Amino acid sequence: MSHAGTKKIRWVNETPLSPIERTYIPLVLQGLTTTVRHLVSKKITLQFPEERYEPADPIIYRGVHRLNRDAQGRVKCVACFLCATACPARCIDIVAGESPWPDREKYPVHFTIDMLRCIFCGMCEEACPVNAIELTSLYDLCGKSREEMVFDKNKLLLIYDWTKDDEPPLMQIFEQEAIREEPPEETQSWAAPEHPPFDHVAEKAAEMYRRDSAG
Amino acid sequence: MAIALVDGIVVEFDEREKLNGIQLARRAGIEIPHYCWHPGLSVVASCRMCLVEVGKHEPTTGDIFFFPRLMPACNIPASDGIVLVTQSAKVQQARAMVQEDLLLRHPVDCPICDKAGECYLQDYYFKYGHKQRRTPWHPFTSRRKDIGEKITLFVDRCIMCSRCVRFTREISGSGELMIVDRGNEQVIDIFPGFPLNNKLSGNVVDLCPVGALGDKEFLYKQRVWYLRSHGSICIECATGCALWVDENQDRIWRIRPRENPFVNKWWICNDGRYAYPYIHSPQRLTTAARRSPDGWRPLNAKTLLQELSAFLQEKERWVAVLSPFLTVEEAYLLARVIRQADPRAPLVLGYVPRTGRDETFPGGFTIAAEKCPNRRGVEEVIGYFARDVRPIDELPQVIHRHGAEALWITGGCRHGWEPIPWLEEIRELKLPVVLQDIFPSPLSESSEFIIPGATFAEKPGSYVNRHHRLQMVRAAIRPPKGVLPEGKLLWQLEGREGPYDPAAVLQELAEDIVYFRAALGPIPETGVDLRVNLLANSATDASNGPAAESMTIDS
Repeated sequence: MSHAGTKKIRWVNETPLSPIERTYIPLVLQGLTTTVRHLVSKKITLQFPEERYEPADPIIYRGVHRLNRDAQGRVKCVACFLCATACPARCIDIVAGESPWPDREKYPVHFTIDMLRCIFCGMCEEACPVNAIELTSLYDLCGKSREEMVFDKNKLLLIYDWTKDDEPPLMQIFEQEAIREEPPEETQSWAAPEHPPFDHVAEKAAEMYRRDSAG
Repeated sequence: MAIALVDGIVVEFDEREKLNGIQLARRAGIEIPHYCWHPGLSVVASCRMCLVEVGKHEPTTGDIFFFPRLMPACNIPASDGIVLVTQSAKVQQARAMVQEDLLLRHPVDCPICDKAGECYLQDYYFKYGHKQRRTPWHPFTSRRKDIGEKITLFVDRCIMCSRCVRFTREISGSGELMIVDRGNEQVIDIFPGFPLNNKLSGNVVDLCPVGALGDKEFLYKQRVWYLRSHGSICIECATGCALWVDENQDRIWRIRPRENPFVNKWWICNDGRYAYPYIHSPQRLTTAARRSPDGWRPLNAKTLLQELSAFLQEKERWVAVLSPFLTVEEAYLLARVIRQADPRAPLVLGYVPRTGRDETFPGGFTIAAEKCPNRRGVEEVIGYFARDVRPIDELPQVIHRHGAEALWITGGCRHGWEPIPWLEEIRELKLPVVLQDIFPSPLSESSEFIIPGATFAEKPGSYVNRHHRLQMVRAAIRPPKGVLPEGKLLWQLEGREGPYDPAAVLQELAEDIVYFRAALGPIPETGVDLRVNLLANSATDASNGPAAESMTIDS
């Protein structure tokens, strides 16, 4: 039974305890120091219903979803099913139909999210081509039954109405920042533009990252 | 044999096959992208996506002379010594330019386009297109126009490949579609007042390489990547077209033609395409039941089996009606079950619905007048057991002559049993009837047993079309709860072990019945011609004999 691997095993014996260590007093004291340090240090727990956690950046927090409205107040979603396709928990259920509006082709007749199934990963938000679904910073959602936790289109639009002032849609933020900065040069020539579109956003992100890592 | 060189790969072919460059490259395992070319339509070489470098090998000197400019592969006849180069930088640049040109005016509204996921424009963009779009984006919308009862046109998505126009001119022969205007104003349109309403109109949606032509029945219902396709057979007429049944979670959303060069080529008619909603009809029979003095007594699969086999032994004289909607295997199993109960039981061919006469289109596609899938197969099974095949109109006489005590009737026609001239006669005889059917009918009200049957999409088996071609299908979806597919029930009723295996039954009956002898062994996707053993002494049916160029499998 000579195996090449067996020779590499080195047997190490436990170091024997000294007489003082055998009383366990130093180790007990060591443990108590940690306890006492936490007793006197700043508390990080919150007394939840009375005290509320405020997400540091509500824009990137992944809480309850909302369905954004377009300029006319209609649901912005075009029922492309990309969120439902991206969803790893399969919690989004969409029934698409022809829209009743002349300027829009497809819209969701039903749009439901099973909040009990949802794992709040934010993949739907990333997949959405029209930025219609977004995750808000609302995190304390509760219901009395399973059915109540299946949010339909009206409820998701209602969440938008609640949260749109505190957390404007991401696209709106992008547009505002783009306006504040100087507008990107218009490329009318047939040559490929030197910078890919949204380069200013990427630069801004890089700048933020540099600032964060420096501070 | 002629020899061609495609990207350095030697391809041997026969010049009489009349291949073009795309088909030739496919023999070498190389895909040449194309939009306007379709194996079933004429060549226009207008999309310019299949441009390749074409050369000619000079046997005397051994040199290869290349044409100075790129040539469309779809319009290059494969001849001896031809040389194709499909991957050179020149070709790749040309493809990227074509792709960019098509996308100039394309509203990239893939998120709301039903074709997304099976769109050539999408696929080729990722394979052959530029990495980046250089033109500004168009509004996220496409002009839409109704051009027919079933078809809608998204004007801006069109890439002007003219497949649909050629289809209506060459295959359906109705010529409703046309190209109006010139240059980049070109659009597909209909003449006012002449909508695209022919019986093959659904095919233009499958033909369209982009999402310009939409099927109103399918529009916005599902995204294609959710659908799973299952090979099946159309049962709406005796032609037996090969189908793809696209389902998602046991619900059929769409029916598409499956290529079978021996039966339907690339097409199906609208009758077969839009027939599927009956499969999900709430009116379908879904509980097996037996008549009792106080109404119907529901039976589960186990009790049904017990009571049926007891009932089969109880009655001595049986008559069975074998519906032409049964598969060959089911007809064979039913005949065996009935013959076990009554060795001299007459077998009657079920109701064969017929409407009008055969409709043949200029492209050669035929819709048969006989609206059932398997009359030939069932007739041959009956012929093996009972020598002569009696039509259903003679059922009362057959019952009288045999002195029948019980009847086993199989249905399966979605249009029901109308009209049933012999129904009153059977009612007066007060014979107990075992009925397998999919919808309630006057017959089901007066029967002893009601056994809900399965539709074509829910059961495996094989069908023999009017040109003696046997095609085997698998189940595409599971039947609704409570429905017992006929074959499964008969398999258990005959006392066979294990799950229902139609392939084993087919092998068994191919050994028993001479007509089915060609079905011994594995059945190819395109089916087998059961006359293959009889061809020596019968003239070949010209309308069924496939043309030489359609022998190859093309998309």
